[in-house]
Amino acid sequence: MTAKFLFCFRYSNIGKTTLLSLISGLLSPESGCILLYGQNVKDDTCHIGYMLQKDHLFEWRTIFCNLKLGLEIQKKETPENLNHIDQMLTKYGLWKFRDSRPSQLSGGMRQRAALIRTLALDPDLLLLDEPFCALDYQTRLSVSDDIYSIIKGEGKTAILVTHDLSEAISMADRVIVFSERPGRILREVPIKFEMENRTPIAARNAPEFKTYFNLLWKELNHHDTLALS
Amino acid sequence: MTPSPSHKLYLKNLRREHFFVHTAQILIFFLFLILWEAAVRLKWIDGFIFSSPSRIWNTFLSMAIDGSIFYHICVTLSETIGSFLLVVIIGTVLAILLWLSERLSKIIEPYLIILNSLPKSALAPLLIVWLGTGIKTIIVTGISIAIFGTILNLYTGFKETSSDMQKLIYTLHGTKKDVLFKVLLPSTIPLQISIMKVNIGLCLVGVVIGEFLASRQGLGYLIIYGSQVFLLEGFLIQSSVYLDD
Repeated sequence: MTAKFLFCFRYSNIGKTTLLSLISGLLSPESGCILLYGQNVKDDTCHIGYMLQKDHLFEWRTIFCNLKLGLEIQKKETPENLNHIDQMLTKYGLWKFRDSRPSQLSGGMRQRAALIRTLALDPDLLLLDEPFCALDYQTRLSVSDDIYSIIKGEGKTAILVTHDLSEAISMADRVIVFSERPGRILREVPIKFEMENRTPIAARNAPEFKTYFNLLWKELNHHDTLALS
Repeated sequence: MTPSPSHKLYLKNLRREHFFVHTAQILIFFLFLILWEAAVRLKWIDGFIFSSPSRIWNTFLSMAIDGSIFYHICVTLSETIGSFLLVVIIGTVLAILLWLSERLSKIIEPYLIILNSLPKSALAPLLIVWLGTGIKTIIVTGISIAIFGTILNLYTGFKETSSDMQKLIYTLHGTKKDVLFKVLLPSTIPLQISIMKVNIGLCLVGVVIGEFLASRQGLGYLIIYGSQVFLLEGFLIQSSVYLDD
């Protein structure tokens, strides 16, 4: 399966966390139901990984123990699953910190560790709630590169919520723009770059980037002026 | 890696500071003892009422030789430890129950606050009537002093644990049980330790109060006995202060 990135882009901070909580099954919708591959997300058989804004790595556990938290809770601590964590640690440059405490890691490394914790449960769909908002600009760029390649490498579909236009364009296959409250889908924009081995940093330098940016920028401002008048 | 000269200097100053603080602490203690002893010897204060360090030491020696002091200390210590352990267990269990049911905690919180502010030593005579004059009464007095504060503090600690950390457990499809064992209990360990530190002192106070009223042994009994026969008062207060530290 090839990785597909769906991006929700919201320009107001109203209801995005609620939306993700609904998709992940933490909250139940008042009416209707949410289906993923034909299964209700509230069912146990449905595996959705949800990465919160902050990493919330527990200081009283080592990195490895933090990463197997999900497996511990779901009682899936099989040798293969634990091995998978070790493989990801090696692959994504955290092996040296396997037995360190979270406070010994940089912000970017913590974010990677949090992602591995979510991936350890092998979810069908990944939800990311503004995963880079706590990082400074430079770290943000390099971490979004890392996260992009990890998600792509593991072949996952992800929904990422962000307020940052250029972040959305550089990482997404599809950008979905939401309106102000009550949240409705304003526009869905498929993003395509003419390049091999696309990475977020490379995408930011591509000629199409500006076109998409202007398109979305107009979209948002157009609705802003409508709302004001 | 060898430390740089400025770092060395910093470490040296740090050690000197430590040394100064400790020396000052020990000096104050001995100055106090010397002043006390001198005041009695020079008849500034009445040695019969205020006692003196040398008399206290002599009494301690004589009680140590016949072994009675160790017996009394052991009694009080074991009663204190017993009530302390019970406070930790009962307090933790009840705090968890309150956290499990928000409704229960809403109902019970005002009662806890009232019970906590009650002067528990006033309850001791009642406890004697209810439970007799044995070790049971003394341990219950010790518990009654520490238990309500423990529950309130621990419950507040549980409530203040980051709700995002709890949400993390739910996003990993955990249950309330997982939140309790993976987040609440480990994250509140510093709080639990600080509550325990306060509790061991409170339990000792409770046990001594209990022994005042309902015992033939233990330090509390010795204090009462000493004050009645006008002999050991100073020594006993000193020894209980020792234990408290």
